[in-house]
Amino acid sequence: MSSLPPGFRIERDTNTEEFFINMGPQHPSTHGALRLALRMDGETIVELVPHFGYIHRGMEKQAESMSYLQYIALSDRQDYLTAIQNNLGVVIALEKGMGIGVPEKAEYIRVMLSELGRIASHMVFFACFGGDLGGQTCLLYGFKEREMVHDILEEVTGSRLTTNFFRPGGSRYDVPDTFIPRVKAFLDHMEDTMKDYERFLSKNIVVLERSRGIGVLSKEDAIAYGCSGPVLRASGVNFDVRRNNPYSIYDQFDFEVPVTYNGDCYDRYTVRIAEIHESMKILRQCVEEFPKDGPWRAKEKPVRLPVGRYYSEIETAKGLYATYVVAATTGDKPYRIHTRGPSFPHIAALNKMVQGYKISDLVTILATLDPVIPEIDR
Amino acid sequence: MAEKISFFQYWNRYLKRCITGPWSLLCGLSVTLKYFFNPKRIVTEQYPENRKTLKMHERYRGRLEMIEDAEGNNHCTACGMCERACPNASINVLPTKNIAGKKVLGRYVYHFASCTQCGLCVEACPFGAIRMGQEFEVSTTDPSTLEMILNKKEGQG
Repeated sequence: MSSLPPGFRIERDTNTEEFFINMGPQHPSTHGALRLALRMDGETIVELVPHFGYIHRGMEKQAESMSYLQYIALSDRQDYLTAIQNNLGVVIALEKGMGIGVPEKAEYIRVMLSELGRIASHMVFFACFGGDLGGQTCLLYGFKEREMVHDILEEVTGSRLTTNFFRPGGSRYDVPDTFIPRVKAFLDHMEDTMKDYERFLSKNIVVLERSRGIGVLSKEDAIAYGCSGPVLRASGVNFDVRRNNPYSIYDQFDFEVPVTYNGDCYDRYTVRIAEIHESMKILRQCVEEFPKDGPWRAKEKPVRLPVGRYYSEIETAKGLYATYVVAATTGDKPYRIHTRGPSFPHIAALNKMVQGYKISDLVTILATLDPVIPEIDR
Repeated sequence: MAEKISFFQYWNRYLKRCITGPWSLLCGLSVTLKYFFNPKRIVTEQYPENRKTLKMHERYRGRLEMIEDAEGNNHCTACGMCERACPNASINVLPTKNIAGKKVLGRYVYHFASCTQCGLCVEACPFGAIRMGQEFEVSTTDPSTLEMILNKKEGQG
């Protein structure tokens, strides 16, 4: 909101009627089939009600008739931008149930692929954020770097998007010999291009005017709505599962958790850009310390969980991704699998953020939340 | 909501942004020009023309294939592990009996339309009889071609 001196703005004293607008489910800036019902006063949003369920597939119900291994393949289809991290979340819960450990090399593979996935997801955010604000070149630039990550992922896992790679006790394959040189080359390339991109977008006057002070989410609201990931950290809460509750071998690496305190759209953008740099820092450490030989998966045994409840939580690019597995009988099928996805609380908090802002700001706010609708609907 | 400011402050900010704004746009444009004049940075490919040189990675998961030698023999024993591993029932293994009364593979029916190419069947196969192919142009206008029988020879072994 620009702050005009008194007398500059036309005071409106006429009686205006409130009206409703539907945004979506086919609007391109809603990032999927999401319908937003808006109560408007002129161009100002009074209230927003999100409607979900247009691509509900009943994944948690499907999981009850699937084996655990098949559910790993299904978890790719939740948050498709960070499919590799979803795999990791499910696999860690299964490992807790099976009571098996993971060799060191497998842990390195997991961390490296997760961080590559995080960079890919944040590059999509960068692309969509620029694209939603009207800079279509930005859309292409972001996808260019993402494509390089996906090339690496395709070589390692066999698929660009739906990786289906991690297994209890390690991963499906060993990494090929070309993996480490390719990651090195990618990191060198990324250092250069990130400088360009930050020059391109971070100081751009259009971005600054349209995102600074827009969509403010206070610290209390962010915690109350259960936000996580970059959205929470942009509101000034220093919480990252990788550091506060380390899984895999994240406690061995030296990295920082970027936190900003304004809670507006620009802060959510800067947090994500800073996270790309932190991911690159972790990847550099991984590349240096990557074990040359050694087992890349624990001794293979059938995936059968004893009766019990198993929980795992990881930090995906979007936020906290938790899997809760209930095994009622010893066997290869779950009784129930529940997933706590990061995007749902963000959309729930959207109403708090948009009240009082214009409808064009809603596009910016929605872009900085970086929601993935298939992950909400599941 | 920002606080109200005086006219002088507003005018100052206005002038400042008149200079910083176009400068930031020029900075962005310089990046665009850098990419425009540097042919090494071109990443697009001339797709249908370079079809012959395109090669997928070794682990690429394409259409399911049966590994067969020149005479059409395969390693499949019709155990049905792949059928059980498949998340969406894309595989039907129909066994038959040979002259000696032994259970052998009759037809290996594969529904490509419902396959998600997750590769769990290849992982489950204990004999290494199937693999994921390298073909990536698999679209078709005839749905009946999506139902296929993978083994050439029936009732071998």
